[in-house]
Amino acid sequence: MKRKLLAWGAFGLALLLGSVVLSLSIGSAAIPLADVWGILLKHVPLVGDAVPVTWPESSEQIMMKVRMPRIALGLLVGACLSVAGAGFQGVLRNPLADPYTLGVASGASVGAAFLIQFELQFALLGMWTVPVVAFLTGIATLWVVFRLAGVQGRFRTETVILAGVVVSAFLSAIVSFMVSVSNKVINEILYWLMGSLAMRGWPYATVVLPYLAAGLAVLLAYGRSLNLLALGERHAAHLGVRVDRMKRNVLFASTILTAAAVSVCGVIGFVGLITPHLVRLMVGPDYRLLVPLSAVFGGVYVLWADTLARTALSPMEIPLGVVTAFVGAPFFAYLLWRQKKLLKG
Amino acid sequence: MIEVQRLSKSFGGRTVLDDVSFAVAPGETIGIIGPNGSGKSTLLRLVSGVEAPDAGTIRLDGKPLGAYARKELARWLAVLQQDALPPVAFTVREVVEMGRFPFQNWLGDESGDAAQRIDAVLEKLHLIPLADRTLEHLSGGERQRVALAKAMAQQPRLLLLDEPTTYLDIGFQLQMMDTVRRWQREERLTVAAVLHDLNLAAQYCDRLMLLHRGRIVRIGTPWEVLERSLIAEVYGTEPIVTAHPVTGAPQILLQPGWMN
Repeated sequence: MKRKLLAWGAFGLALLLGSVVLSLSIGSAAIPLADVWGILLKHVPLVGDAVPVTWPESSEQIMMKVRMPRIALGLLVGACLSVAGAGFQGVLRNPLADPYTLGVASGASVGAAFLIQFELQFALLGMWTVPVVAFLTGIATLWVVFRLAGVQGRFRTETVILAGVVVSAFLSAIVSFMVSVSNKVINEILYWLMGSLAMRGWPYATVVLPYLAAGLAVLLAYGRSLNLLALGERHAAHLGVRVDRMKRNVLFASTILTAAAVSVCGVIGFVGLITPHLVRLMVGPDYRLLVPLSAVFGGVYVLWADTLARTALSPMEIPLGVVTAFVGAPFFAYLLWRQKKLLKG
Repeated sequence: MIEVQRLSKSFGGRTVLDDVSFAVAPGETIGIIGPNGSGKSTLLRLVSGVEAPDAGTIRLDGKPLGAYARKELARWLAVLQQDALPPVAFTVREVVEMGRFPFQNWLGDESGDAAQRIDAVLEKLHLIPLADRTLEHLSGGERQRVALAKAMAQQPRLLLLDEPTTYLDIGFQLQMMDTVRRWQREERLTVAAVLHDLNLAAQYCDRLMLLHRGRIVRIGTPWEVLERSLIAEVYGTEPIVTAHPVTGAPQILLQPGWMN
């Protein structure tokens, strides 16, 4: 297990680094790869002073002030959503579960849509108004879902999923209503719903980071318990897992991860559903591998989706949520098809 | 090993267990029998601690069940369930290794040589050739053997069996019960087994406990419990009770209704 984690982890991190460097060089102003490496090295402490400056000042500005924060945020958001997806799939023991199953996205959307509709985006907290309100309404939704499902000491998985679906549908209807009564030609609510990493900058990335760290820590700690849960709740209980407590904690941590991602970037679909499955196809069902590798590969996935979103129709931006689904769905279909062929022999 | 006093449990107003008291000695094999809905499985679930009783006390090894932490309990109590393991993508070895969970620290390490222990269990249950196969590719009988191996890896002193042979054919049934019996002899294991099959229960248990409508109607040796009139009263069908020609244990022969 540990060797497998090291091997795949090294591969994942190499892929991550390669992706970051490539993505840094791609854009409306192309920066040569050699310059990208140089600028990156220059920002490494100690080594940095020895690197001769051979690139125009503007390249460094574009790379470090515009592209880097956006890439960092993409990696973090991708990791958050993918780890959350793994958590939801593990606890709900349902391969179709994704970070939005319990209505967190719809909850956050209602908060954001409300602010945008009444032009309160910058009231009180400035640039933080939408993220903070979306985060709070997202978490509040989880509370409503848990209350509705009657979760105190113990709960039934099916009831929780149903409650999530019901609350989600209701909140989505509210958002749709707000979109429909809005008389603007370019609807900002719709844009928020489709997700974007544009114009976010470093502050957003630094805000998401602690949530990712905390959520990841919780899920890593429950890795073996999630494995046991895959055998069934009673099997897990008989081996000493406190099933109800574990399910509640993992769902809560996953929801926090989701809410952190959604509140800064809007609803980016498909990442949380597809990444854990992708990793499962590569390394098997072990959550001790699944959770950390989902974080790495989820980050890479969103990074490339966003690179496509900002460059494909440049100078126009494609909404990120559109790209993740547009690229992800066929790729996933291909993987399924290939696995089917492998099983047949 | 197990002391149960005045245990009661009801679900939604229906009393499933009513004032049940009994004790099981260390090293003993006790069979819990009774018709459908008599409360056998509920009794086992209460003793395993996954469900709490409405009234009464359960003591395991002299200590009240409630005073054990779940993981502490799992270090010496294992349960083998009726439904086999689901067809997950974990390998046989990985699943058997999960039996060590209660002994591992939060990093997943444990003191002592876990790998060797797992190998010994796999060897004992003839699972070595299947060790690297995933559960998806095993038959129901093989998966139940893996479940037994997982329980064995837990190194329990008390084993609870909840109708473990229900979905197995007669070959696998005997194989499973023989393995448990041998294991019990070697390690002086205490076994409490809910069994549907009265003949199997009579062959493998030191004592039987007959439950009916949530109460114990009789507890004693197989010959004391498998009495023709008592069986007729509890199960509503009158069988023939005869001695097994080789082992001498009481065996039930069913009489079809059209003969009367």
